[in-house]
Amino acid sequence: MAVYTPAVQRLIDELGKLPGIGPKSAQRIAFYLLRAERVDVLRLADAIRSAKEHVSFCQRCWNVAEGPECEICADPRREAGTICVVEEPRDVVAVERTGSFHGRYHVLQGAISPIAGIGPAQLKVKELLERLQPEAVEEVILCTNPNYEGEATAMYLARQLHERGVRVTRIASGLPVGGDLEYADELTLGRALEGRRPVEG
Amino acid sequence: MGLYRARGVVVRTYRLGEADRIVHLVTDARGKVRAVAKGVRRTKSRFGARLEPGSHVSLLCWEGRELDVVNQAEVLDSFRGLREDLERMRAAAVMLEAADLLSQERHEDPDAYRMLVGALRTLEAGGSALVAPAFLWKLLAADGVAPALETCASCGSTGPLVAFDPVDAGVRCRACRRGIPVSAEALALLRAFGSGGLGAALAGEAQPAWGEVERLATQAMEAHLERRLRSVHVLDG
Ligand SMILES: [Zn+2]
Ligand SMILES: [Zn+2]
Repeated sequence: MAVYTPAVQRLIDELGKLPGIGPKSAQRIAFYLLRAERVDVLRLADAIRSAKEHVSFCQRCWNVAEGPECEICADPRREAGTICVVEEPRDVVAVERTGSFHGRYHVLQGAISPIAGIGPAQLKVKELLERLQPEAVEEVILCTNPNYEGEATAMYLARQLHERGVRVTRIASGLPVGGDLEYADELTLGRALEGRRPVEG
Repeated sequence: MGLYRARGVVVRTYRLGEADRIVHLVTDARGKVRAVAKGVRRTKSRFGARLEPGSHVSLLCWEGRELDVVNQAEVLDSFRGLREDLERMRAAAVMLEAADLLSQERHEDPDAYRMLVGALRTLEAGGSALVAPAFLWKLLAADGVAPALETCASCGSTGPLVAFDPVDAGVRCRACRRGIPVSAEALALLRAFGSGGLGAALAGEAQPAWGEVERLATQAMEAHLERRLRSVHVLDG
């Protein structure tokens, strides 16, 4: 195996630590950067540095924020009293794109995974429960992923929230629009059948 | 190298890259299988929820040098009831974690596979809080390391036996006691795990000794594995 100069090796090592990037991809990206225009690469470096320096987490909802609160929490037009709970900041973006939700969010920064040893204590669960009273929250929408970890998280939160007298709803899980029925797994198809709706005719 | 078929239970999953997942399965024909499920995290994946922890599937896989690749997966039991109740999900997670840690790759162990499927079915069919401890105990017995329960591990006396010592995997009499105190009721339940008297114990009403038995089985398993079972405590809060 070829030995790279220390600066190149360091770049490959750092890129290889990123999620989803294996040693081969790290090499490919490193050599792409070395070949690219200097000004383009420095713009990337600057974007990383500036994001890291200016962006932190919202003190209220743990979404990404450039300041003490994120843009959504700081927006007075958002309805108080309804919180949509998601796992990651990118899920906020996904729900926002629907344009169907007008309340505020709470980002757990992960999901419960019993086997991996990730429990409520490792997530922003306490922070969610502490918002209920001061924000007079009436409904919490559990918008965690429709997978094993997301469901464990939703069940745990539902129990905690019920005990505190808050209305809890869970997003419906069903078939992906645009997919073929024959590819749906039994669990998904079973739930979609239970969640059927009348059709106007 | 080549294509093979197996039946197995998904015991552990790890995210891999953007949309893939590494799955560990305890199988009938191949012991533990570690395989990549490509694209499984995409909403339109053909695998859907088939390769999530606790799923019992029939698989078609490519054998690889390090990791195999899942080609097809069909559901035998989705064990939906274990995903929709927090207590059962926790009990199932304890069993999956122990099965993952104890099983070995390329080491055929159809009994471990059958025991796991059987225990998950019992749990889903309304099984009690005794299912997971009984499963842990039977796994230890299958490995030949279940603690001896008939005589004192130190002096050989037949009783009364009042303590359980997970380190030297045995019970102890009053004179030699060391470790955790154990009640006569808990000792009777542990003996039932080894003698096939489990059905009667499972059908009975919940008793204080059940919590004790859960702690004892967990500690015996943790002593054998030389590590903690994470899923036992993670939901405590
Ligand atoms: Zn915010
Ligand atoms: Zn003794």
